[in-house]
Parts: sequence; C-alpha cells; structure tokens
Amino acid sequence: MDLAGFTAMLQTISKAPKAAYGVFEVSKLRPACSILQSAGGRLIALWGSDERESLDAPCPFALHLAFALGPTLGLVWIAIPLEAPEYPSIHDIFPAASRMQRAAFDLSGLSAINSPDARKWLRHGAWPQEAFPLQKRFSGSFPIEADDYPFVTVEGDGVSEIPVGPVHAGTIEPGHFRFSVVGEKVLRLEERLGYTHKGIEKRFESLGMMDGARLAGRISGDSTVAYAWAYAMAIERATGTTPPQRALWLRALWLERERAMNHLGDLGAIANDAGFAFGLAQFSRLKEDLLRENFAMSGHRYLMDAVVPGGVAGDPGDRLVHVVDEAQRFEAELDELKAIYDDHAGLQDRFRGAGRLSPSLAARLGVVGLAARASGKAMDLRADFPSSPYDQLDLKIATAAEGDVAARVAVRFAEIQESLRLWRIIAQRIPSGSVLEPIPPDPPPALGVGWVEGWRGEVLIALALGNHGALARVHAHDPSWQNWPALEHAVLDNIVPDFPLINKSFNLSYSGHDL
Amino acid sequence: MENIVKKILKTGIKSEAAPFPDERLRVLRGRLSEAVLRRFGRALAIRHVDAGSCNACELEINAMHNPYYNLEGLGIHFVASPRHADLLLVTGPVSRHMELALKRTYEATPDPKLVVACGDCGVCGGIFGESYASLGRVANVIPVDVAVPGCPPSPNAIIQGILTALMPEAETQA
Repeated sequence: MDLAGFTAMLQTISKAPKAAYGVFEVSKLRPACSILQSAGGRLIALWGSDERESLDAPCPFALHLAFALGPTLGLVWIAIPLEAPEYPSIHDIFPAASRMQRAAFDLSGLSAINSPDARKWLRHGAWPQEAFPLQKRFSGSFPIEADDYPFVTVEGDGVSEIPVGPVHAGTIEPGHFRFSVVGEKVLRLEERLGYTHKGIEKRFESLGMMDGARLAGRISGDSTVAYAWAYAMAIERATGTTPPQRALWLRALWLERERAMNHLGDLGAIANDAGFAFGLAQFSRLKEDLLRENFAMSGHRYLMDAVVPGGVAGDPGDRLVHVVDEAQRFEAELDELKAIYDDHAGLQDRFRGAGRLSPSLAARLGVVGLAARASGKAMDLRADFPSSPYDQLDLKIATAAEGDVAARVAVRFAEIQESLRLWRIIAQRIPSGSVLEPIPPDPPPALGVGWVEGWRGEVLIALALGNHGALARVHAHDPSWQNWPALEHAVLDNIVPDFPLINKSFNLSYSGHDL
Repeated sequence: MENIVKKILKTGIKSEAAPFPDERLRVLRGRLSEAVLRRFGRALAIRHVDAGSCNACELEINAMHNPYYNLEGLGIHFVASPRHADLLLVTGPVSRHMELALKRTYEATPDPKLVVACGDCGVCGGIFGESYASLGRVANVIPVDVAVPGCPPSPNAIIQGILTALMPEAETQA
C-alpha cells in the first residue's frame, strides 16, 4: 500500500474543512500510519468504541484514529474494526499516541500490543482494571480503590523528588507533578493527570443532540466556543444541516473573542509569575472589559451556549457596531503594554531562554497550536484548512522561532492583534439573514466530525449518531494531549522556581484532557 | 519605568463597590458562632480547591482579583496552603479521583472553618451529575456553608457568597 492506494480507500465526508473517512483491517494499521507519517501527516486523536449494540457493525470493537494531512486531504478519520480488543501499538510512529493508547484501554478496554508503557492513565481508583466505562455493558459505580501509580524514579547522588499536587498553590486545575531534582535543577518531570476525569464521554451517551452541545461547551470552560463549534460542526455534518452564513460569521467572532480573552489573561498571568504585578493588573482589566462586552452581546461572559447545532443561539444585532471601536481601543492599549513588556529588562530576562522547546522536538512530539507556532511551526487550521468565514479573512499565522517563554508571549501578542483585525472585519462585513437552521429531529445513523482551531490549538469532536439521533459515541480531543508531554521536556535543566512560569506559558487544560 | 507610572496614572482607580451578602445562598445555618465570625471580620484567608471543574469557575475566581472587583481591597486573600486558610472555596462536581484530595484538604484546614461551594456543579452536580466518575455536589463530600449557583457564577456572585459565609446571620437578615 502507498499513499495513492491509501487515499483510494477513503470517502469524502466534508468539503470545508476537508475531511475523509475510511475503514481498514487491523493488519493495515501500522502500514497506514507509516505512510501517513512519511507523507507529513500528524496524529490528532486515537480512541476506541464498543460496537456490540450497533446492528450492522462487522466486529465487536473498533479503534479510531484522526490524522491531519496536507491541504488536499485535510482530516482523515480511519476506523479499524477489531475482533478482539487489541491492536499493534503505534507509539514508535507517532509518539503522541502513547497516552491516548493508555486512555483507550482505561476507558474502552482496547489494548495496544508491544507498547513500552502499559500503565493506566486516566483511571486512578474510581473503577477496576477489568471494567471499562465506555463499553456499553458498563453501568453503576465501583468502590474506590487505592491509586498506586508506579512513577519512574531517578537515582543518583544528590537526586531528590518533589511531589506537587493534585491541589496546587494557586487557582489552577488539579494534577500531579513529580519532579526529580538536583539542587534546584530539574532532571526529570513526570506528569500524572486524570484527577478531573468526570465521565464526560459516557455522559454524552445519555444526552440528546441539543443537550450534548451544553456538555461540549463544558469540556474545557476556557475553550467553550471552540468545543461548542466543533460539536455543532460534527452534528451538522452527521445530519446534513447547513448553518446560515451569518451564524458562521458570528461563530468566528465568538471564537476570536475567546482567543483574545484567553491570551489577554495569560499575558497578565505569565508576567505575574515573573514578578511583574503591573502586567496582571493591566491585562486582567482589559480581559474584564472584553468579558463585559461579551455579556452585553450574548448574555454570557464566556459565550457559553452561544454556539448551538444549526447556528448560534442569538444575534447581537446593533450591538455589533461597538466591536469596531472596542477593537481600536484594545489595539492602542496593547501597543502601549507591549512596549512596556519589551523594554522591561527584568521581565525579558525571565522570559528568554526559559522552558525552551526546540522546533525539532516539537515536531517529533506532534505539538500543536500556540505552542507549536512558538516553536517555529506555521500551522493553524484557520489558514491551513479554512472553513467559512476564514476562507475570506486572509489569516496571517503568527510564529516565533525560539520556543521559549518569550516566544510564547510574542505569539500571544501577535495573535491578539490578528484577532482584533478579524473582529473589525467581521463586524463590518457580516452578512445579514437568519442565524439558525433547525437540526432534523430524527436523523438516520451517521458519523460526524468537527475540527476547530481554538486559542490553545486544534479541538476535535468525532461522533456517531445511532437511531433517532441518539449520541452512540462522542469522542472529544483537546490539544493539551499533544502538548502536556512537551512540557515535561521544556522544563528540563530549568530551575524548579521557573516551573510555574513555564507551565503558565503553555497554559494547558486539565479538564479538557481528563474528560 | 516612566511609562509604567504613566500607564498606572492614566488607568486610574477602577474598583467598584462590593455586593451585599445574600442570606438565600446559605446552606447550613449557624455552623460558626457570631463571636467567631466577628473575629474573622473581613480578614479572611481562602484556599481554592478545584475538585473536578471544567475550569470556567477558575476563570471567574481569578477575575475577582482584577482591578474592578479588587477582592484583596476587602481584606480577603487567597493562600497557598489549606493550613493557612479560614475558608475553602470549592469548584466542580467532585470527581471520584479528587474525593480523597478534597477530604484531606478539608481536614488540613484548621477549625473554625467555612466552606463555599462555587458554581452549578458544586451546588448540584451540574451537567456532569453523579456517575461512575463523579460524586456530584460538594455537600456530598464535605459540609458546605454557602452555595453559589451559576455556570460559572460571576465574580460579584462569588464575592457575595464569601461575604454571606462571613456575615453573622442576624446582620444579613437586618
């Protein structure tokens, strides 16, 4: 099999953004991965499904993988029907697969053969190793078990361990970090996540298509628009619904406001972690101004439930004219603050060289989104695989080459500026018309996929509709899956007190990852 | 340095008035005596615990520190350890993987202590509810004095919840 042979087995499931689907035998899994890897493809997500309740399924289980390929192919979703719940590991072809394979075992019971790391990942003690929450027969809950997790230990003269979390010192999400250090220098960091696992994918299966949108908007609260849009896109594809153009433009405005909101918050918080409280005060003020205007336009400070399958929940109408003035004011303030950050020797001294992630390592690990762009990779779904209205907005991808905290700060500044430009264009050029196309209430079984560049990176929702629009299986993928392992590398040889700064410069999601 | 000072002067003071306590947010009555609450005054130390939140409540908790809400201006500040805290501010449905950490954090907080559950998930389990992985509302795991609904609750609503927990009941009813 070569790339042409592989693509011949795919069927197009969407034109913009481009997506294709194909079913392959398990013997073709590794050859297909090798072909895609040498064609420059990257692994987006890997998940399992229990097919024993689907009448026409050829096998009791299936493994699913989503890849991103060049502009002609776009997103490729492949399904591997499995007679037995096992498949050959692909961690050596795509290192990012490792934790996803461990999660696919914990949740769906599919085991990766020949994987060097078969430890549990999302499972702590809430269910036993022999039970799999996403299998259809699973029900009820189990008594909690002790979570004895075998961390990798570093031995040697003067090496000590610092365990941190799950409850952290600041207002951040729970997770555990195990540092091995000599003096203040970090020799190794091992992450342990899964503390916020609250059964999101199982919960989807008890909700209808429309309620599912509310849950999707709460997978990672800071990315509610990106998730709600990805979910809506998946439902619209599965049901053959075309949302009105005005709704798509409003979604883009909401997504760009979410991006600017998070970047503003991070620029303040990163500076604060470097001891510059002025930055936190100024940027948190700007962020609050943005949130209040969000409330005035949509009725929600974070735009939750503003994107719904079929379109958007409301139309800000005349309020949109304020966006142009608002963008202008933000641009002026941002210029002033950027000059202050750039000229501040103490701040730059903390930013430069801290938490460096080299471009080659970032590419090898399959790092995505903002972190990838700060390590020199010009990738952004809004430019690479644009759907309406991004195909009309001529997006400029922001990049930086150094891969350090300073680079991630620089990319954030540039992306806010670009988002503000988009706010203005959208407010001026948005087409008129309705904002909602109803979803058919009783659609036939179908697959759907949504893929959106959130502020942190690409968010994916892949779903299977069963009979009468039931959500048979919903998989949600956060860009943090790819980027958490990169943090373990970026922190090496830095000192422990710089960890909060480096961690903040990535600002990854725990909830979006833990599901 | 000159530009920083200029920017501070140009920005001016943004702080707004704090909200009033609201007795309807109270879940448990009279856990702490009036004398204890008077001693707290408003010099309160808070430890936040994310017990499984989607992180939207965390955004609003962080927003309480921005210049508009200026929480520290009320004498209320966040601390890095439960051993330094008077009040636990708990978000999220309590995931089963966080149950032990939440209980331990509660036990590590010295008496007398208060607990405020923040957000719809903390109040009733929210959209995640109770499942193999989620224990639902915070009160299913530790005692809760005040519960603040909202998804997420606004910074003002959270401050209102904290002030309600701090205020002797007689005064909020007056």
